[in-house]
Amino acid sequence: MGTGDSGADCEETIERLYHYLDGELTEERRAEISRHLDECSPCLDAYDFEGELRHLIAHHCRDHVPESLLARVREALAEEEQRGSASR
Amino acid sequence: MADRARFSELTMEHMPALYSAALRMTRNPADAEDLVQETFLKAYRSFDRFEAGTNLKAWLYKILTNTFINSYRAAKRRPEKADVEDVEDLYLYRRLGELRDGDAGRSAEDEVLERITDDEVKQAIESLPEAFRIAVLLADVEGFSYKEIAEITDVPIGTVMSRIHRGRRALQKALMEYAVAGGLVGSTEAGR
Repeated sequence: MGTGDSGADCEETIERLYHYLDGELTEERRAEISRHLDECSPCLDAYDFEGELRHLIAHHCRDHVPESLLARVREALAEEEQRGSASR
Repeated sequence: MADRARFSELTMEHMPALYSAALRMTRNPADAEDLVQETFLKAYRSFDRFEAGTNLKAWLYKILTNTFINSYRAAKRRPEKADVEDVEDLYLYRRLGELRDGDAGRSAEDEVLERITDDEVKQAIESLPEAFRIAVLLADVEGFSYKEIAEITDVPIGTVMSRIHRGRRALQKALMEYAVAGGLVGSTEAGR
């Protein structure tokens, strides 16, 4: 991995890559990393991979809500509402 | 008591995400359903205290997480540690890079990502120690900011960042193990 003239170097970029992906850097730092990624393809590859992995993790973690759970929650809320108005 | 129709209208859309998080936390469907029901009941009872205009989803996750920690996790567990001393940043990417054939190109890494299954990702997350599991779930699956996660889990932001960081490394290690076990990549370097 080479060292860019402007902005961050490779080491700094990799060190801050997760904060960058998380959107948790200051504008200035963010711009430095962006500049480095624009000119360093090995770092850009790593960034792409981590971004894709993040996307996949979220995508693979969705579960179908059972109808029975929806019905249970609706029923429990209705009972709670009745209890609330009865005790008023 | 809060208006039930209004409460339902605002909160029900979050049920799929809350249920998925509950499954990862409890690691079993029966407990996850109970946890979600209890979360909605508690939220309904205290809905009058929810401040309109603030983050409803984060508020629901705070109730879910607190309820899980107080009622569902195994009592009096010793503090858990994520054993990631030997796991570097970009672990998965680097291991896959080392394993690929010289002429296979970067598509080898992409192919592994494409072939990872729902069950593997879910199991990998569920294998993480509790505090790390919750931090990674909130950050990577739900996309909450560090500050929001600090508020949801009631720990300092520095602790949140450390848990996310270590949790992610442990997650990548677990995913690498599944990739090797599932034959997605060769096993020559698997033990590292």
